[in-house]
Amino acid sequence: MQFVQLVISGVALGCIYGLIALGFVLIYKATETVSFAQGELMMLGAFGGLVCMTVLGFPFWLAVLAAMAGMALFGLLLERALIRPILGQPAFSIVMLTIGVGYVARGLITMLPGFGTDTHVLPVPYKDQLLQAGGLIVPMEQLMVMVLTAVLSGLLFALFRYTKLGIAMQASSQNQLAAYYMGIPVQRLNGLVWALAAVMAAIAGLLLAPITFVHANMGFIGLKAFPAAVVGGFTSLPGALVGGIIIGVVESLAGFYLPEGFKDIAAYVVVLIMLMVKPNGLFGERLSKKV
Amino acid sequence: MRFIFKTSYAQDLSLAKHEGHRFWYGLLGLLLLAAPWLLSEYLLAQLTFILIYSVVGLGLMMLAGFTGLFSIGHAAFLGVGAYTQAVLTNMGWPFPLAMAAAGLLSAAVGVVVGLPALRVKGIYLGIATLSFGFIVEEVFARWESVTGGNTGKTVSAPQMLGWAADTGSSFYFVCLVVTVLATLACLNLLRSPTGRAFVAIRDSEISAQSMGIHLAYYKTLSFAFSAALAGIGGALYAHQIRFLTPDQFNIIQSIDLLLMVVIGGLGFIHGVFLGAIFLIGLPQAISVVKDFLPEAIGGAPGLKAVVYGAVLVAFVLFEPMGLYGRWLKIRAYLQLFPFYRQGMFKRQKSFQKSDRLK
Repeated sequence: MQFVQLVISGVALGCIYGLIALGFVLIYKATETVSFAQGELMMLGAFGGLVCMTVLGFPFWLAVLAAMAGMALFGLLLERALIRPILGQPAFSIVMLTIGVGYVARGLITMLPGFGTDTHVLPVPYKDQLLQAGGLIVPMEQLMVMVLTAVLSGLLFALFRYTKLGIAMQASSQNQLAAYYMGIPVQRLNGLVWALAAVMAAIAGLLLAPITFVHANMGFIGLKAFPAAVVGGFTSLPGALVGGIIIGVVESLAGFYLPEGFKDIAAYVVVLIMLMVKPNGLFGERLSKKV
Repeated sequence: MRFIFKTSYAQDLSLAKHEGHRFWYGLLGLLLLAAPWLLSEYLLAQLTFILIYSVVGLGLMMLAGFTGLFSIGHAAFLGVGAYTQAVLTNMGWPFPLAMAAAGLLSAAVGVVVGLPALRVKGIYLGIATLSFGFIVEEVFARWESVTGGNTGKTVSAPQMLGWAADTGSSFYFVCLVVTVLATLACLNLLRSPTGRAFVAIRDSEISAQSMGIHLAYYKTLSFAFSAALAGIGGALYAHQIRFLTPDQFNIIQSIDLLLMVVIGGLGFIHGVFLGAIFLIGLPQAISVVKDFLPEAIGGAPGLKAVVYGAVLVAFVLFEPMGLYGRWLKIRAYLQLFPFYRQGMFKRQKSFQKSDRLK
């Protein structure tokens, strides 16, 4: 029973990792760049929700929508102002750029006087509710995470699989120039992808906030989402989710059965083993590089 | 404009290409030698830090700037070197021996990381090194019998044959010698077949392979060399800082190191030094400027992060060749005056092509 309980909390945590990883995968799939600012976007989304709820006094649903809309706008602006000018430069430039954006975001939040350096509790309506079923206890917050993550990844999967937009994104990720010739508005599409990724991050932040707290350094959890994305294969949306869950469960079990200290590095050990055994991840496509 | 007339083969071989090089580097050398008498104790310590970071940065530059392999966990190698040095020095080993051991152990760790990393490229390599960095940091924190864990570990002054570098200026000279030797080693390596192979791998792995370059061997070698320099830098770092804790070797430090080579200028040896000056100088500059800013901005804890991030973003956007690239432009402007054109260093606009073609 204890094992099952551990697995459940691991799955909930893993869903958060998966949710952030979905953002990575989304950006990678569509623009073939990796955003290191995803964790910070998540932090901004959580802070946005917090401000809407506590300072502006919005009801819960409106605050969530407002935070998501705000982050979508932020994602668009980010792409327009910073990412677009260096379109087509080596992927590493964008990695450094997003690291810089992450620094600025974290720094700016901590600079907010009397607000940014504290930890806050996000007042969600389902706080502290428990769901009991046959001796198992599932906190409502964790259940919300699991359900919403499943729904979101289903939606994204459908987007990439069945809609024109998603197929255009895939095309532009494989060869931007060719996609451009085919009449795909590559730049506008990239803006949309970043907006979508920012919205995903905001949702992740709002879901994570009741479980942990809202604080400026919560973005560092984004670094644990990298292993999740790699384990799933960087190009697979369901893979990101499965990867996240694997990482979450391993972490949760390692925290209980292994000596202290293993919990924090379990994710990284898993990803190193994965890279050695199967570098393309569980669901990744096997691809080789042309000259 | 300077025209170099080559009249002997020795000119091709020598590191200083013309009289200007000899003069300016000679002057720089003299200034560095005289630094302990010119600078205050505090500034000298900062200069020592610049030298130490330069050694580490040289390692990372060889890896990232010349072999094209990006490591987001380089602080781990720094840490391995630092702790090795701490343990061996406290056991009474003479300084050069301990430092060689630190470099070798770090290189060995680099090979261990490098081997699995051979199968992966690009961002996967970044994530592999990132993961490795986290694991090593945790090992530092947990292996308390050796590293002292989170309570930290003190390091005694470097000593050898009865002479101890226990003052700021004597240790500065130790660092200066190590830095000069490391720089010469890198410069010479870069013009040897090995260095050429590194650059070939950076420019195109497949063409390098077609030219008969053994990718696995050279990539591992690059990792080992880079890690060895980071380890040596770590050994110096241990002596300079005198007190080691695991969180000195965390992800922030790794990113700082990466930031240093990117801002300095990827692919230029000069860039390492400019980057190191920038990395050490910026916090000082911020603390100077702080007093003139309103309390709400100057006193805020996030100021440093914002400035670092903004500078990094600005460099990636406007000056991808880094500080040294800026100098190259200024030099071209002066040399060609008045014929410098706006577009001379312009980046070619391009569309991204995928790495993952079926």
